[in-house]
Amino acid sequence: MRYLPKSPAEREEMLATLGMGGVDELFASIPERLRLGRALEIPDGQSEFEIREFFEDRANESARGYACFLGAGAYRHYRPVVIDALATRGEFLTAYTPYQAEISQGILTTIFEFQTMVAQLTGMDVANASMYDGSTAVPEACMMAARITRRNRFLVAQTVHPEYRQVLDTYLAHQGLPVQAVGCDQATGQVDLAELEAKLGDDTAAVVIQSPNFFGILEQVEEAAGLAHRRGALLVVAFTEAASLGLVAPPAAADIVAGELQSFAHPSSYGGPSVGILATKSRHIRQMPGRLVGETRDADGRRAFCLTLATREQHIRRARATSNICTNQALVALMATIYMTLLGKRGLRELGEHNLAKAHYLSDSLRASGAEMPFSGPFFNEFVVRPTARTAAAVNGLALESKIVGGLELGRFYPELDGTLLVCTTETARRAEIDAYARCFR
Amino acid sequence: MSRTRQHLTQDELLVFERSSPGKVGYQLPRLDVPPVDPREALGPSYVRASIPGFPEISEVEAVRHFTRLSTWNYAIDLGMYPLGSCTMKYNPRLNEAVARIDGIVDAHPYQPEALAQGLMSIQATLEAYLAEIAGMDAVTLQPAAGAHGELTGLLLIRAYLESRKSKRNIVLIPDSAHGTNPATAAIAGFEAREIQSNRRGTIDMDALRAAADDSVAALMVTNPNTLGIFEQDIAEVAELLHARGAQLYVDGANMNALVGIARPGDSGADVMHLNLHKTFSTPHGGGGPGAGPVAVKSHLEPFLPVPRIHRTEAGLRYDWNRPATIGRVRAFYGNFGVLVRALAYILAHGGLGLRNATVDAVLNATYIRKGLEGHYELPYPAPSMHECIFSDARQARRGVKTGDIAKRLIDYGFHPYTVSFPLIARGALMIEPTETESKQELDQFVEAMQQIAKEVESDPELVLRAPLTTRTSRVDETRAARKPVLTWQEAPAGNGSA
Repeated sequence: MRYLPKSPAEREEMLATLGMGGVDELFASIPERLRLGRALEIPDGQSEFEIREFFEDRANESARGYACFLGAGAYRHYRPVVIDALATRGEFLTAYTPYQAEISQGILTTIFEFQTMVAQLTGMDVANASMYDGSTAVPEACMMAARITRRNRFLVAQTVHPEYRQVLDTYLAHQGLPVQAVGCDQATGQVDLAELEAKLGDDTAAVVIQSPNFFGILEQVEEAAGLAHRRGALLVVAFTEAASLGLVAPPAAADIVAGELQSFAHPSSYGGPSVGILATKSRHIRQMPGRLVGETRDADGRRAFCLTLATREQHIRRARATSNICTNQALVALMATIYMTLLGKRGLRELGEHNLAKAHYLSDSLRASGAEMPFSGPFFNEFVVRPTARTAAAVNGLALESKIVGGLELGRFYPELDGTLLVCTTETARRAEIDAYARCFR
Repeated sequence: MSRTRQHLTQDELLVFERSSPGKVGYQLPRLDVPPVDPREALGPSYVRASIPGFPEISEVEAVRHFTRLSTWNYAIDLGMYPLGSCTMKYNPRLNEAVARIDGIVDAHPYQPEALAQGLMSIQATLEAYLAEIAGMDAVTLQPAAGAHGELTGLLLIRAYLESRKSKRNIVLIPDSAHGTNPATAAIAGFEAREIQSNRRGTIDMDALRAAADDSVAALMVTNPNTLGIFEQDIAEVAELLHARGAQLYVDGANMNALVGIARPGDSGADVMHLNLHKTFSTPHGGGGPGAGPVAVKSHLEPFLPVPRIHRTEAGLRYDWNRPATIGRVRAFYGNFGVLVRALAYILAHGGLGLRNATVDAVLNATYIRKGLEGHYELPYPAPSMHECIFSDARQARRGVKTGDIAKRLIDYGFHPYTVSFPLIARGALMIEPTETESKQELDQFVEAMQQIAKEVESDPELVLRAPLTTRTSRVDETRAARKPVLTWQEAPAGNGSA
């Protein structure tokens, strides 16, 4: 077998060195009755050619070659070819967590750069490297807020991604940390600040909002922070669309930022892998979960980097760790680091402007096709729209005939928004595709 | 070995220190719609001024920057990486290729089911193979890593017990366990209680009998355990737990010792997780991504995260209507790209091939153990499976610890073993070669370790100064933690950067 580097003679030689007559003796410590005693019911091994063909066939049973107006937490952006050329170098791809700093300076340095860029983008002091994704970064942020405030109640805007809220419920339900929803202003599509203020109490650990929120609308972060801080609660700001960060004011008023950098790093890949981040103010570092890389010196006094503040982590602190996270999304974080480096200060701004322009062109086109926009709040690259000429399902059905995957039918998550679609455009949407999709609304 | 510095010409600066205003490493596609003024569209207060400190460099500089940094890393592609319990095996490049096929890599999690049949079939196939390998009835692919799988598994146990009106809040964990086990128990709302291992290094049945009262929800056990020793009493452990109303959780971190040979489900496990980034060859990438599918017996199946995939006459469908579910543990369907890679690995080996890989993994570890016996102390003499554990007891008498030996091993061209774990073996050297090492590589490793043992006797100072051949000499970790510097800061004007 091509992955096993031993000849039959070498195997025999090794067994002889061990004084063993056959390979079964290697497993002598497993009681006979616990051994499988038959072959696994999995077909025989295949060649590269056959395996490629298998996956090509599966890919052909997918939306291969379709235009796509879906966002909702997974975005289609152009990735420069340099990202994969660098990130698939074996020295990055096939390395482990950099516990041995002397032979891991490559990944440690890139993680330090990642932490710095995420802090710069989010307006926070420090960022970890990394969480599984945005949806698991949010509960980690909440557990962190509970430790910092020693309070246990959470207020979560209904405009936070519904699947993120489901994950949050799963995590917090078993820790005695109740979660209460805060509704949305029916006119703007932003979190209802009056309701938020009314629900805040002296036991509120944190308020969780998302900006741009699930409807693509920018939230009033400073106002929400003001309300939370007045009652001694923290503000957690989540985001799913990192491409907004180059253009939109950073959530600097937040205490913890928990988000998803998929847009900078990895194709949507049916929802994963992606890369979650958690960023915060310096004073909260020791309550932060996940890996951190710090600057130090080597024995010769030269700048070097290493994993640090490990006493927060499970392998040292065990049951009292800040989180159980171990394996994270380091390679995807590296991809994001390369992307952010290539686009840089100007590129991220321009990217944001292009996304905004495409989304506004789409919204103008849909309005011209008779569709209505239920919310008035400012949106970045996705927004909610209600078709009037035909149902949302019929619009998308028609679009499929032109090899277009339409927006997300929101009735699935918000019964009160049944009949609306959440549509998204990025810099990859061609004008002709937008025009074609808009025609389906007529 | 004399001190040499490699890559003197590659003393790479940080990207921030290479920046100069106006340099770019990208070009966006031509904007084919009318431009929009952000201040008008969003309102001025929503628009950021700039991103202070953010890099501005060209494409060629970016390529050189990351290429140079990559050469400062050790990697499996360079040589043996024998981290115990990490299963650093060869990562087939085919897996990378198939995960990047159009239609897979650009699939959107909300694209219609009718246009996702291939993607759902990849999941269904992998679920079936993993269930067969684990000896279990059902699998969820949603957890993103091993620790995430542990959390999922414990929440399943909690939901199951609650459905039987059984309130239990203790999770028993052997003292040899990974740190993730007690950390997970705490996050799942349980109290972790440690139980001592016996002198063989395995679960002490008497200690378990005494501990397993009606407050115990489960025992979490790694098998083979972190000493690389098979828990021979595992079936009796399962019987005892079940008789007392508790569940058996198996941590699959060391499944590379068992695939095709024995199945945790057959020895009474109720739930287990598998690490696709260990046993099933997906790359660690400097710390992730991984995937931690959870396999369960049928009594836990109703509680699995949503959605579940089921087969209908009209094709594969997602089932969201699962009243007993614990909910979601992650958005979408888990680390799908990692699942694709793991399935490619299973298809490459096939059923018999997976077993052969296990045989070679155990053969390699046993061979190393044989080569190092007599040079290093073996604290637990029971037979090793896929990894072997020595201690630094002999070397410590000369003032040399396991961490020092590890640093010296770097000078011989190997990545070190896992240092100082498991905790129950004082000064542990935990060595897991995996099946993808050749006899030549193993012989060289054994020779290097024997040579270091001799150096400890003849010149301990040499070992204490190691590594001596790396670009970076021994790194001061204490300094990093004392006054944490976690981001790059622009040097004040007039000063050069540090």
